[in-house]
Order: sequence, then C-alpha cells, then structure tokens
Amino acid sequence: MYDLHKSMREQNLILVYEGEFTQEITKSVLAMAERNMDSMGEESSTKRKVFNVMVECLQNIVKHGEGYKIGENIDYDAVFMIGKKDDEYVITSGNPLNKSDVNKLKGKLDQVNSLDKDGLKQLYKEIIKNTTISEKGGAGLGFVDMARKSGRQLEYDFITIDDERSFFSLKTTISRN
Amino acid sequence: MEILNLEGTEDTPKIILDKANGIFEISGRSLPEDSAEFYQPVLDWLEAYAQSPNPKSEFVFKLEYFNTASSKLILDVLSKLEDISGASVNWYFHEDDEDMEEAGEEFSELVEVDFEFNIY
Repeated sequence: MYDLHKSMREQNLILVYEGEFTQEITKSVLAMAERNMDSMGEESSTKRKVFNVMVECLQNIVKHGEGYKIGENIDYDAVFMIGKKDDEYVITSGNPLNKSDVNKLKGKLDQVNSLDKDGLKQLYKEIIKNTTISEKGGAGLGFVDMARKSGRQLEYDFITIDDERSFFSLKTTISRN
Repeated sequence: MEILNLEGTEDTPKIILDKANGIFEISGRSLPEDSAEFYQPVLDWLEAYAQSPNPKSEFVFKLEYFNTASSKLILDVLSKLEDISGASVNWYFHEDDEDMEEAGEEFSELVEVDFEFNIY
C-alpha cells in the first residue's frame, strides 16, 4: 500500500478510480474532484475546464466501455485519474473496447488533433447541427469539446488485449491559469 | 396550460415553464445520463405552447455547466423557439466564464431567435 501511495504522490495524482463506471460513479468522482479543487483554492475558470473534460471522459467510458473476458469472467473495469502539476492538470482514462471500433475512434481523434481553435469551432457547429443522439446517448461531440477546453492535442493509444478487445488510453491536459 | 416544473439535481437542471406567469427558465447543471429522455418533456411542452403563445416570451438560460449530449438537446430546445412568435433568449453566464459566453454565441448563430447576453 505504501508503494502505491508513494507512486501516486510522485505522479501528483489527486484522484484515481479503477472499477465499474456508471452515471452514479461519475457523479461521485466529479464531486470528489470538485471538492479537492475547491479546497486547494483553484481558479474557477480552470476548475470548470477540468470538470468539463472529466464529464466527457467519464461519460464516454459509461457509454462506450466494453467488457473483456478474463478466464470465465467478463471484466468491465476501466481506470480514470487526475494528476495535478504546478502548471497543469492531466486527466487520463483507460478502458477496453471492441477492436472493430478502433479505426473509427482513431480517425475522430486524428481529425480533432489536426484542427486549430477555429477549425474545432467549425467542426463543433457542423456536428451539432447535423447530429442526432446515438443509441448510446452520445452526440459525437465529446472529443471536439475536450480538445477545445484543453487547447492542446489529445494524446491517445490503443493496446491489444486479445483477439476482440483493445485497451484505449486517453490523456487531456488543462493548463492552470 | 400546465406548468412544467423540474427541481434541479446534481446532474440535471432546474426547469420552469409557466405560461400564466410568463416564466420560462432553465438553470443549473445539465449532464444527465440520457439527455434525449430528460429533455423530451421540455420539447413537448414547447411544441404545445407554440400553438398559442403569450405575445412575448423571454426564455432564460442560466446554465452553470452542460455536457455535449445536453448541448445537442439545448440546440433542439432553441430550435423549437423559432416556431414561437415573440420568443427571445436571455443567455446568462458567469463573469469569468468565457466558455459559457462563447457557447451562447454559437447557439445564437445556429438559430433564428433573438439573444440577449447577461452576466450573473
């Protein structure tokens, strides 16, 4: 336990959650992070941006995270964490998903990362005008919004778990004012 | 017309749509698990209201935060206002909340409804 504690301290992690993701858990994680930022006297504009990115990140996992088989069991667990450095917050998530979704997701992320501030604004307006809410409840705007709030590229990677599943990691950075 | 009155929660906004008293307001946080389901009663109410609206109706949006799935539904709500004669929007944002101000500006560019911007 002490090793985990040390490692969290070294990485400046203020919150780590590993397990099942639901709307109820999303609300709890948000409340904890908010209290943490409040108690540290964080600027409200930074707090809002971090909150914003957290919601999109957490709800993405609730909506799109897929289970994978470990032996006889299906494991739906994903991981979410927030690190706080002197000049920025780092919001990281990781969740298993279907391999068949990887290319589509990669395409969206690469598109978002190729755009500047105005390009992202245009893309946001284009999507919101034409989108309908998907069966899973998303508007297809999450990554665009996260990139707009961050002002930097979204870092990601995919690691193969087995024949059917990959593990998707996503990192978003918010500068502290 | 019946009043639509929803108490705000930690993930849904407070909503009052009251024709008799001329109060139309959405405020607070919006990040429900199912945004389409949450906003359906609002869209239904506005559709009925459009049949015989007050001469003027000022819709107050005083949102502290909304997620992207809600933003699509907020656009749907604003689009409904296009069909209500005499409808306008009063968009409130915190003084230092540029993102909420910009969000309001973007919505105002997407619908044919008059917007007024206010700081709270």
